[in-house]
Amino acid sequence: MFSILRDLLRFNVEFLIGFLLTGTIFLFAAAHFFAPYPDTAIYLLPPDMPPSAEFWLGTTSRGQDVFWQISGAIWNTMTFGLTVMILSRIVALAVGMVSGYLGGKADEVLMTINDTLIALPNIPILLLVYFVMRDQMTWPLLALTAALLGWNYDARLIRSVTLSLRNREFTRHAVFAGMSVPQVLIRQHLPYVMPVVFFTAMNNLIWAIGLEVTLSVLGFSDVNRPTVGGMIYWANQHQAAVSGIWWWLVFPIVAVVLLFLGLFLLAISINEYIDPRSRLSRMGG
Amino acid sequence: MDGFAKYLARRFLQFILVIFLGVSLAFLITHLSPVDPVEQSVSLMTNFGATDPRSVALLREALSELYGLQGSFFEQYLAFWGRVLHGDFGPSLSSFPTPVMSLIMGALPWTVGLLTLSVLISWCLGNLLGALAGYFRSNLLLKLSGAAVMALHPVPAYIVGLLLLLTFGFVWPVLPISGGAQMNLQPGFSLAFVGSVIVHGLLPALTLVLVGIGSWFISMRSLVSNIVTDDHVVYAELGGVSSGTIFSQYVARNALLPQLTGLALSLGNVFGGAVITEFLFNYPGVGRLLIQGIYSGDYSLVLGVTTMSIVAVAVAVFVIDLLYPLIDPRVRLG
Repeated sequence: MFSILRDLLRFNVEFLIGFLLTGTIFLFAAAHFFAPYPDTAIYLLPPDMPPSAEFWLGTTSRGQDVFWQISGAIWNTMTFGLTVMILSRIVALAVGMVSGYLGGKADEVLMTINDTLIALPNIPILLLVYFVMRDQMTWPLLALTAALLGWNYDARLIRSVTLSLRNREFTRHAVFAGMSVPQVLIRQHLPYVMPVVFFTAMNNLIWAIGLEVTLSVLGFSDVNRPTVGGMIYWANQHQAAVSGIWWWLVFPIVAVVLLFLGLFLLAISINEYIDPRSRLSRMGG
Repeated sequence: MDGFAKYLARRFLQFILVIFLGVSLAFLITHLSPVDPVEQSVSLMTNFGATDPRSVALLREALSELYGLQGSFFEQYLAFWGRVLHGDFGPSLSSFPTPVMSLIMGALPWTVGLLTLSVLISWCLGNLLGALAGYFRSNLLLKLSGAAVMALHPVPAYIVGLLLLLTFGFVWPVLPISGGAQMNLQPGFSLAFVGSVIVHGLLPALTLVLVGIGSWFISMRSLVSNIVTDDHVVYAELGGVSSGTIFSQYVARNALLPQLTGLALSLGNVFGGAVITEFLFNYPGVGRLLIQGIYSGDYSLVLGVTTMSIVAVAVAVFVIDLLYPLIDPRVRLG
């Protein structure tokens, strides 16, 4: 594991940049545990202060410190993204592996449902769920809904890997040795599927974070809990762009764009590492 | 022809299934939720001042009829299908008494126009750039443009749109940032109106193109760089076929097939991006209608727009599926 990491850092510039970016942002987000102010308190500081030595990134019209708000916001947004990622990986793995291994009718049924779900537009459905739940909508519930919508592409990918493993020698050995279907899937096939899962996990994390930003920008989440989208929502509510409080809008946007860039670089470099063809071409020059 | 008919039948079945499941899902979400939409609307209306209890009871009854909440669960489900098939979602509460359906029909052309244009541009441009970048791997200009579109790709549509809005609306105010056309112009085929529609559509369309182009670029580049090493391409090179012909006929054409499938699969996501972009730029399409409906607590409108957008995306996917045989002779000839 560590030697893979070392190789990636040495040979892959994209991975290095992505690793540094994501790592820095993660440390910045973790710093919110040492924040001098509670992150949900408002009108605590003088409002609308431009960036200065005292308030590094200025203060908002709601009397909050932008620096510590972003720090807490990124932490919350990342927590949401990771929750969605883990939940949806479980569904994708279960559906993909079962479908690919069993084949036949079960495969057909599962993949038909899968393709049907892919064709449904996510955002309107999520908005509908928010609309009927309203004030009872909490972030874990939103994460669960997003996870239930976000597994289908990857289930197909995982299925195609399992499909190719099904006819391999070692699968037959395992079956003849008396292993049950769950045993074959977990003990024999899972190690082969993990690289793909890892890659889809990165993409899913990016998607989930994007979803969270989008929904909370519109105010469709708990707006009092600091999130990156929530900050932009409040900045829009206070007309920050018109009244010239640019630091309230620009710094969250910069932070979230850097986060996306870092995660994306990690995702593509991991994908490249998993694909032996492109790995060879890189090492060969 | 047999294979073609089979292909069509399978696609049509999938289309019906998507609509069936999508509409059922919309029904289940709204009818299984613990929050009663009637009570919600009643509390919205009786928020300001006291209301006679008898009229509240009447209101409650009228609303539950309007929302299709009378009878058993199964009866409600059948009635909901009746409404969808007739395209009748009742009147909108926030712009009473205009029917929800005519609001949707008024907004639909804007969304369809914006989406068709931006999807077409981003798909063509992304594929062209991606194919070139996969074929001419060492070209510096292609590498740079690739890096630019790939960096924008993971950022959500709202953030890209907001950046464009701040740039062209505040820093360098040259483009209109709100609405679908100038307010004082008479809608019609006059030069001024059409010009205004185009100018107003520039920023929303640019947002969607910038967000969409990256994924096409990435997948096309990797498809092409895999096909380039295929035997038939190597053979053509050895046979002295010009590199232009190899690129367009041997490589790009083959790589386009999965990209068209990808287009059909991604439409649902693209629509989601359009919803957000329309709201950001106050563009008069269905996305803005949906979000306004949520803000004003308009149950019929939100349910109507969601259901209709599921149906509309399914139709668009089906249309792309119908186009597929045109570029893949294997499906056409079976």
